[in-house]
Amino acid sequence: MAEPLLEVKDLVKHYPLTQGILFRKQVGAVKAVDGVSFGLHAGETLGIVGESGCGKSTVARMLVNLERPTAGSIAYKGEDISRLSGRALKAVRRNIQMVFQDPYTSLNPRMTVGDIIGEPYEIHPEVAPKGDRRRRVQELLDVVGLNPEYINRYPHQFSGGQRQRIGIARGLALQPEIIVADEPVSALDVSVQAQVVNLLEKLQDEFDLSYVFIAHDLSIVRHISDRVGVMYLGRVVEIGTDTEIYEHPTHPYTQALLSAVPVPDPQARAHRERIILSGDVPSPADPPSGCRFRTRCWKARDRCAAEVPLLAVPEVFPSGPAAHPSACHFAAEKRVVPHVPPEGPGGGAEQDTD
Amino acid sequence: MLLEVRDLHVEFKTRDGVAKAVNGVAYAVDAGETLAVLGESGSGKSVTAQAVMGILDVPPGRIAGGEILFKGRDLLKMKEDERRRIRGAEMAMIFQDALSSLNPVLTVGKQLGEMYEVHRGMSRKDARAKAVELMDRVRIPAAKQRVGDYPHQFSGGMRQRIMIAMALALEPSLIIADEPTTALDVTVQAQVMDLLAELQREFNMGLILITHDLGVVADVADKIAVMYAGRIVEAAPVHEIYKAPAHPYTRGLLDSIPRLDQKGQELYAIKGLPPNLLRIPPGCAFNPRCPMAREVCRSDVPPLYPVTESPVARASACHFWKECLHG
Repeated sequence: MAEPLLEVKDLVKHYPLTQGILFRKQVGAVKAVDGVSFGLHAGETLGIVGESGCGKSTVARMLVNLERPTAGSIAYKGEDISRLSGRALKAVRRNIQMVFQDPYTSLNPRMTVGDIIGEPYEIHPEVAPKGDRRRRVQELLDVVGLNPEYINRYPHQFSGGQRQRIGIARGLALQPEIIVADEPVSALDVSVQAQVVNLLEKLQDEFDLSYVFIAHDLSIVRHISDRVGVMYLGRVVEIGTDTEIYEHPTHPYTQALLSAVPVPDPQARAHRERIILSGDVPSPADPPSGCRFRTRCWKARDRCAAEVPLLAVPEVFPSGPAAHPSACHFAAEKRVVPHVPPEGPGGGAEQDTD
Repeated sequence: MLLEVRDLHVEFKTRDGVAKAVNGVAYAVDAGETLAVLGESGSGKSVTAQAVMGILDVPPGRIAGGEILFKGRDLLKMKEDERRRIRGAEMAMIFQDALSSLNPVLTVGKQLGEMYEVHRGMSRKDARAKAVELMDRVRIPAAKQRVGDYPHQFSGGMRQRIMIAMALALEPSLIIADEPTTALDVTVQAQVMDLLAELQREFNMGLILITHDLGVVADVADKIAVMYAGRIVEAAPVHEIYKAPAHPYTRGLLDSIPRLDQKGQELYAIKGLPPNLLRIPPGCAFNPRCPMAREVCRSDVPPLYPVTESPVARASACHFWKECLHG
């Protein structure tokens, strides 16, 4: 396989916890991200799922250099970009852009749409010469499905879905190769979500983009992603293609997560086995020893407390769809997503084949 | 029938004119039954619930007409102090955001106990003992030790359990849950929905579940009312509606959600946006976004046509429900 466009290795982000006012000393750390590795290939979409507090947004922020990693590396085309600064950083940033979750707070209410989408050109004037910018912004509006005549309007004159389109247009302005989207549709209504998801897929084909798509909605992630990584308490617990993760999960957390997703089909009620986890996610300031999931895992044994499971293909699965990296000492395949044959208007899509 | 809403109209006076949030909504819930009210933001699903509970902001809100029959008596004709006795004791509400619905400066024990102090005239000590009992009921671990804790000391899922405990305190016969799990993670959502369903069975309560999540509805509801622009556009038992929707809006919603169990191609997307309630389109409110819209849809408001009477009652507010159902 070709070298990945973006390669993340052992990424760590700890936020220090301090005590004292005059003499501040560090008493601990919130381990938001604690050793995350993955690769992103050109033209692919990597989905990252996990519940609140698992560190998925922190990973996103480190990818676009809004946060500096405590340790580890982020290699873009083979070069570590996590320690860059000044001109070199600016040059790289052009190629990795972000789309934020909340279209209500990520757009400056006092700037017109034209200024918002055109602002990246102020920082990178080499992309669009000054006289050309207005035309470029209007093109971008057209690309994301907004009327180019809206260029002088303000964000409050748009609905949530339209605002998210403005945020996407801003992300596209510098013609990046990678877009990191952090929960881009979770603030939108169901009918508008589909519009924005379709737009993102259309843009990917049109501009040959690679996406890191972060969300907590497992159905949307499956729809849009080629590969999916599941995070729990600062670590990736399982990663693989969408079929591997959704049809052949081997990590107990992935299985619990998938089984908890409500399926929009009342017939599935009967043939579903739900795994209800007990308790809450432990604090990232004081994560459990060994496997971090062991405090809620029904399979946990002594070994899980003593030994940190590595994210690797389990030895018991030498080949087949279950042979994908899973960080569990006792990895075992378990099918949890019921497969109801499509019937009526809810289905209609063809079945997955490997 | 436990609760019956008939032809309810609610308006809000705003600077730009009168917004018609609810335009003739009718639904009914029986004891032990779960009715899901499905709709997007601005569809009027929460406003209807607030009118039933009697917690509508008046003004700017105003109930412009209709009846709300609870155990046969019209709530809208009752005096406020009579309604207050019913609210909390006979019908209770669970809100979406537990952190902002609980009082941050009172312990959870105090807030739970208050139900018994106010409605039942219990002493503070007895009320506190009852609070511990309730917390046990909704499976909060170490309830005895945690009864003196403040809301911020609990996780999101635990806070939602406290909200449920508070709603159940006086064993009401009707619970209205307004997006009870929207703010929660999926694994916690599953815990909370399970608990709610179990308690509902135990007390044989009527449950109105207000949500926008088609997955949650499929999991727990007996029947569904789909709302759009302040009206019910389709009402049906849960199995029927997922199998064959009789309204293009319902069909569009079902087609637009990605599925966990299959990787589809392009998602179907309903074009356009929900209407502004100040300027609801003439005729069928959905007509500008509807793929089936014709001339009559732009001029005549469709009534709620009966689709089937028996064995199950279904209704659809579409002039062309037959085509939608079979097409």
